[in-house]
Amino acid sequence: MVNLTIDNQPVSVKEGTAIIEAASSVGINIPRLCYWKGLNEIAACRVCVVEIEGKEQLITACNNHVEEGMVIYTNSPKVRLGRRMNVQLILSQHDCKCATCVRSGNCALQKISNDLNIQGSCFEERLENQEWDTTFPLIRDSHKCIKCMRCIQVCDRIQGQNIWDLEGTGARTTVNVSCNRRIREADCSLCGQCVTHCPVGALHERDDTEKLWRALADPDKTVVVQVAPAVRAAWGEGLGIAPEEATVGKIFDALKKMGADYVFDTVFSADLTIMEEANELLERMSSEKWKGKTMFTSCCPGWIRFVKAEFPQFVPQLSTAKSPMQMFGAVMKSYFAETIGKRPEDIFSVAVMPCMAKKGEAEMEFYYGEYAGRDTDCVITTRELIRMIRGSNIVPALLKDVEPDSLFHDGSGAGMIFGATGGVMEAALRTAFYKIMGRDCSPDAFLVVRASSQETGLTEAAFELNGTELRVAAVSGLANVRALLEDIRRGRRQYDFVEVMACPGGCVGGGGQPQQDGCEMAFERGKNLYFLDSQAQIRHSHHNPDVQKLYENFLEAPLSHKAHQLLHTDHNAWKMPASPARDRNGFVINPNVKLYG
Amino acid sequence: MSRLELFTPSADQLIVESLYKNLEQRIVASPPGLCPVDITRAFIELCHAQTCGKCVPCRVGLLHLKHMLTDVLNGTATMDSIDLMEETAYSIMETADCAIGQEAAQMVWRVCRTCRDDFEGHIRNKRCTCTTSQPVPCVTLCPAHVDVPGYIALVRAGRYADAIQLIRKDNPFPTTCSFICEHPCEARCRRNMVDTSVNIRGLKRVAADLAGTVAPPPCGPSTGKKVAVVGGGPSGLSSAYYLQLMGHQVTVYEMLPKLGGMLRYGIPNYRLPKERLEEDTDAILATGIEVRYNVKVGVDIKLDDLRREYDAVLIAVGASTDKKLRLEGEDAPGVVSAVSFLRDISMGSRPDLTGQEVAVVGGGNVSMDAVRTAIRLGAKKVSIVYRRRVADMTALPVEITAAESEGVEILTLLAPTAIELDGQGHVSGLRVTPQMISTVKGGRASVRASGEPDRVIPCQTLIIAIGQNIETRHYEESGIPVSRGKIVTLPNGGFEDIPGVFAGGDCATGPATVIKAVAAAKVTAANIDEYLGFHHEITCDIEIPLPNLSDHVPCGRVELSEREAGERRLDFDAVENCMKETEIAQESGRCLRCDHFGYGIFRGGREKIW
Repeated sequence: MVNLTIDNQPVSVKEGTAIIEAASSVGINIPRLCYWKGLNEIAACRVCVVEIEGKEQLITACNNHVEEGMVIYTNSPKVRLGRRMNVQLILSQHDCKCATCVRSGNCALQKISNDLNIQGSCFEERLENQEWDTTFPLIRDSHKCIKCMRCIQVCDRIQGQNIWDLEGTGARTTVNVSCNRRIREADCSLCGQCVTHCPVGALHERDDTEKLWRALADPDKTVVVQVAPAVRAAWGEGLGIAPEEATVGKIFDALKKMGADYVFDTVFSADLTIMEEANELLERMSSEKWKGKTMFTSCCPGWIRFVKAEFPQFVPQLSTAKSPMQMFGAVMKSYFAETIGKRPEDIFSVAVMPCMAKKGEAEMEFYYGEYAGRDTDCVITTRELIRMIRGSNIVPALLKDVEPDSLFHDGSGAGMIFGATGGVMEAALRTAFYKIMGRDCSPDAFLVVRASSQETGLTEAAFELNGTELRVAAVSGLANVRALLEDIRRGRRQYDFVEVMACPGGCVGGGGQPQQDGCEMAFERGKNLYFLDSQAQIRHSHHNPDVQKLYENFLEAPLSHKAHQLLHTDHNAWKMPASPARDRNGFVINPNVKLYG
Repeated sequence: MSRLELFTPSADQLIVESLYKNLEQRIVASPPGLCPVDITRAFIELCHAQTCGKCVPCRVGLLHLKHMLTDVLNGTATMDSIDLMEETAYSIMETADCAIGQEAAQMVWRVCRTCRDDFEGHIRNKRCTCTTSQPVPCVTLCPAHVDVPGYIALVRAGRYADAIQLIRKDNPFPTTCSFICEHPCEARCRRNMVDTSVNIRGLKRVAADLAGTVAPPPCGPSTGKKVAVVGGGPSGLSSAYYLQLMGHQVTVYEMLPKLGGMLRYGIPNYRLPKERLEEDTDAILATGIEVRYNVKVGVDIKLDDLRREYDAVLIAVGASTDKKLRLEGEDAPGVVSAVSFLRDISMGSRPDLTGQEVAVVGGGNVSMDAVRTAIRLGAKKVSIVYRRRVADMTALPVEITAAESEGVEILTLLAPTAIELDGQGHVSGLRVTPQMISTVKGGRASVRASGEPDRVIPCQTLIIAIGQNIETRHYEESGIPVSRGKIVTLPNGGFEDIPGVFAGGDCATGPATVIKAVAAAKVTAANIDEYLGFHHEITCDIEIPLPNLSDHVPCGRVELSEREAGERRLDFDAVENCMKETEIAQESGRCLRCDHFGYGIFRGGREKIW
């Protein structure tokens, strides 16, 4: 243990503790901006400076460690001057029109500026102008970037993508797409982790709420909305509703109040996905053609973008099943439209998703079997849903639980856990067990594939079912995915079935979820979904009565011709920009860098 | 007011002087990789501040150049503005009244012409494509990218063996480099902004002296692949070391009886004691490398034989022959090339030069080695004969100073024109034509004959040290591309249509430094590994101590002391002493730890694998 004094309080912490964490341990919150524990400890903003007795120079608390006998002041006159001045300097390069900013009220810079009682500015505002394609689902507003570098770090270190990089030198140093690319030319997975880690409004999704409002106002459109499992685990955070109060039923209530004609739970189509995917897996496992080849899940569009760009050799091994969102859109515009007596083109299919890559997925061309525009006409993120609720003068506390509409009313616990890493795998295993053994397993038979902490990147398991060996893995976070694929490629690991989710912890930690500065929320939110699964009346996808009826009345059977037409896709129908060459540390090799030595 | 007064500088004049001094230091420590357009803008800003304001081109023109450069940086310029800028600069060059405007504009004009791509890139993309890739100046400037802050921190912590291990990740010659590296790492050391660069080589010497014997890391599992390396010098041995660590079986073919190449047969013992060189070569051999001594490829065995017998072949034969003056009498007794003179000494011969006058032609480091060796062999008078001035010599200034302090005469501005022989055909003197310094050509002052009459420098031994050549004939005959006396490789060290053959080191670059040879060895080792179908990682998992948080109080740099000139000139023992304990603590504490502070920390401060 190291003993020191912070603001006259004795502190005793483990060796190697950062000063900022040592202070936290005794309730002293040192203001910070760029810091994100374990991810971004680069001391760029210089806001967390503290004074150490006997030293002239102020020291940043985020990346310097405690030493025995240190006497630290976190709020001395020198510290206050330095901290306020640095925040003022940051403000001079930040578009401070908070009233029209998407992050207002949830902005680290706004908060620190208010906390430090900064009124007015002593510097002339000098904003950076960078061009951006605002039709792309991911938007960077150079007027707001404070160069904290978190986007670069999360993209490099957690997602292993290196889409962002520092560009330019000297005063014009800024963040931009690496290798002099434009975002649309880059192999960005659209995971949106840069957005959830951005402290300000510099990175955000393309706002599609107006598009939805217009559809809701259009009398000729029947607006059908689906809500993904992970949305319920996080939407309350942005509206001040406790997790146990923030049910999906209240989201349905809000959507109906806004004018949605029908509301559904994507849990239904998650069950549908399992029916197709589990059967596909068993079919592949018994075929010579696929022998020894891993089947990969296909429900995460970030993963699909990633694998196409970086490991195209694995694309044929993806399940051909569409994602639950796209499957739902397909049955909405066919079976559902037919049943309610509407033409497919009158249906406006909306998805509320925890994800930004879903915006990209909905726009991709050539999903075969698509008609009447797209399977999904509009994707909004959890954050956009929250903004729409706030914009509708809805009082969250007064929302009631509303059931999803009929035809696709039912959902199983297995479909619910699709939103957490390992969940798709667990759901598929429950159904695969039934298919192989001819009886149900206990719903908790496959807990081993669940993550045990926020840090879990990979879970693996092997089962023997009726003489069939089944080796599986669930992986999340694209850096972990890259490492796993390298191992599979080199024959170091072998699996029959691998579930991949681009975001660490799965969709609950998705790029469309509310931002919580400095906190990784996925694991906590995932617990919520597992709780809902444990409470569900149906816990196996194949027991979902509405799914069974859909097959009986319309699709015939899993993997039938009709199912193939509506529920499956051709992964070669669209292309991703290829990933550039990378060095041994995973960084994109930039031909513009002039090497020395 | 008196009619005339003595000048005493005022406080503001003094502060401006220190500003200038600081600016110089800052330029010395300028981080590598800055945007050329931005630096030109900063340059012209300073130049414009120096304008007296009398003349139009300089007062107004420089201002507009600055504005145009700023527009380029801001992405608001058009392609036409590059032409306008070039034309404006040209016009200022031609019409300004004095050097302030002329020289400033000339620089901008040259940048416009040389870096046109950079300008166009800014305008076309509306963004600067420069990126800082290697943020720690010393690591960036070291050709082998040795983790300098890492090993200085380990030296500071007294973890000398760990320091040696860490250095070996990028350079298997830590001891050798601690004696003779030209330390490009120190050139842009950020400590220059505070006082002077850290004595990096000195601290490496501390690690080398205090670490004891450090075994190399264990080799990876055998790959079953065999690699032949031709040449047991620094490049061949370094490549062999890494390939062996990766699990390949390497055989080194060395034409001489012992390993080390120029390190053993070129550099005199007093600069790099042989037993210290062997610390490095022993550790390299401890990985299991096989060596065939006294085998000359091209004579005893052919390159094609090696290609048949091995999965890959590396040519690393160095630059081991001498350049000739091309004067009559160059093969006369008493005339010797520096390469063979130094090689003979290294092999143990001790010709007695007592009472002789010795002249050495050339101004490089090899020339200094030759004169200092001649002194140690008892010569009465040893002179360097050089065409230009001392300032134009390519030898390191410390080497020149050391030679002078050992009693060497430096005769400058004398161009050799003939070798004088005595009645027996033995050399008796060197006829030289006096020169005067003249115009700058290609950045270097040229010389021309001053018109004074020739003179003869009497000498009984004449040593020619004007450079080295590469023995390329056998390789050229075997189909290896050779141009201007050098082997021409692709950037990866290989050849277009000759699979499995690579070349690196002096034979591919021309005579260079040890650390450049090591850098080339990393390139060839990595690409031979890839060629053989592997992707091994060279890494080192030593944990680096945290930096200290003390203030950076300006503090002088500790230099390594040398034995007294009068004493050391009598033997071949090492000249340089190591630092003392208190000096080690102080000097290692001067490191600013750019791996932790500044941009270094952004990507973890170090390249952990290659």
